Amino acid sequence: MSESIAHHDEHRDDEGSKLGIWLFIFTELLFFGGLFVTYAVYRHAHPQAFHMAAQQLDVAVGTINTVILLISSMTIAMATTAIQKKDKGTTLILIGITLVLALVFLVNKYFEWGSKINHGIWPGSPLLDELGKGDTLFFALYFFMTGLHALHIIIGMVLIAVILVRVRKGKITHDNFQLLENGGLYWHLVDLIWIFLFPLFYLIT
Amino acid sequence: MSDTTHHIVSYRTYALILLLLLVLTATSVAVTQIELTRWATIVALLLASTKSAIVLAIFMHLKFDQTVYKVMTIFVVLVIIAVIVLTFFDYGFR
Repeated sequence: MSESIAHHDEHRDDEGSKLGIWLFIFTELLFFGGLFVTYAVYRHAHPQAFHMAAQQLDVAVGTINTVILLISSMTIAMATTAIQKKDKGTTLILIGITLVLALVFLVNKYFEWGSKINHGIWPGSPLLDELGKGDTLFFALYFFMTGLHALHIIIGMVLIAVILVRVRKGKITHDNFQLLENGGLYWHLVDLIWIFLFPLFYLIT
Repeated sequence: MSDTTHHIVSYRTYALILLLLLVLTATSVAVTQIELTRWATIVALLLASTKSAIVLAIFMHLKFDQTVYKVMTIFVVLVIIAVIVLTFFDYGFR
């Protein structure tokens, strides 16, 4: 009985917590929405340069990273199911897989950016100055938007690592898993943004 | 605590949804690699929108959550669409 009283004293508002993360997700959607509008306007202004520049991106790497993020979204979603089924072991494994996939995504991104920089393409590089305004805009947006997205991946990894530790310590349980669900929601947002970055930069040439 | 009745989504559902998302991804890659017309752009964006709707509905639980989350999400999406449309009313006719 004393435990249930202690439970009541602990101030907890799961629904409010979830509403909070959703409001944050909305600000993020509007933030990236603004960047997508910027991309669309410049693409409209420089169709030929954007067409040529987009062909230089590696569709294979983009596709692999899309698949990685989709799988990681599924594993973090499954972790919420596992914790509700009181299956701590599976929860930890699923969260662990999500973290590894996030890391693989970043490693791919590192090599992708590295190869662009090796070819003389980085914001403000002499080669881009030579190529002109359209290419400069395309690659500035490419580095800024994928970089900002990668920053979200890093923040997501920190958040998921915290969740992993809390599940291990038994602080996140089958009747107290809102942090895990919120972390999952944030991770799906990162996935959502990539779902649009991928066709806009890699597929549509 | 009984006010928060959580819908437990099965592993099977999540796996099937992932499969669907992968098929849609493969389709968008195929469409844009083969055809180089204006349609490829529209198809790729429609597929991306479909994928995000699926992620929002199942992975992000909007389908099982209270209606208020759905309403807010639709509102935000409409705001973004409105901004894009209004911007192109300007840039499209210059």
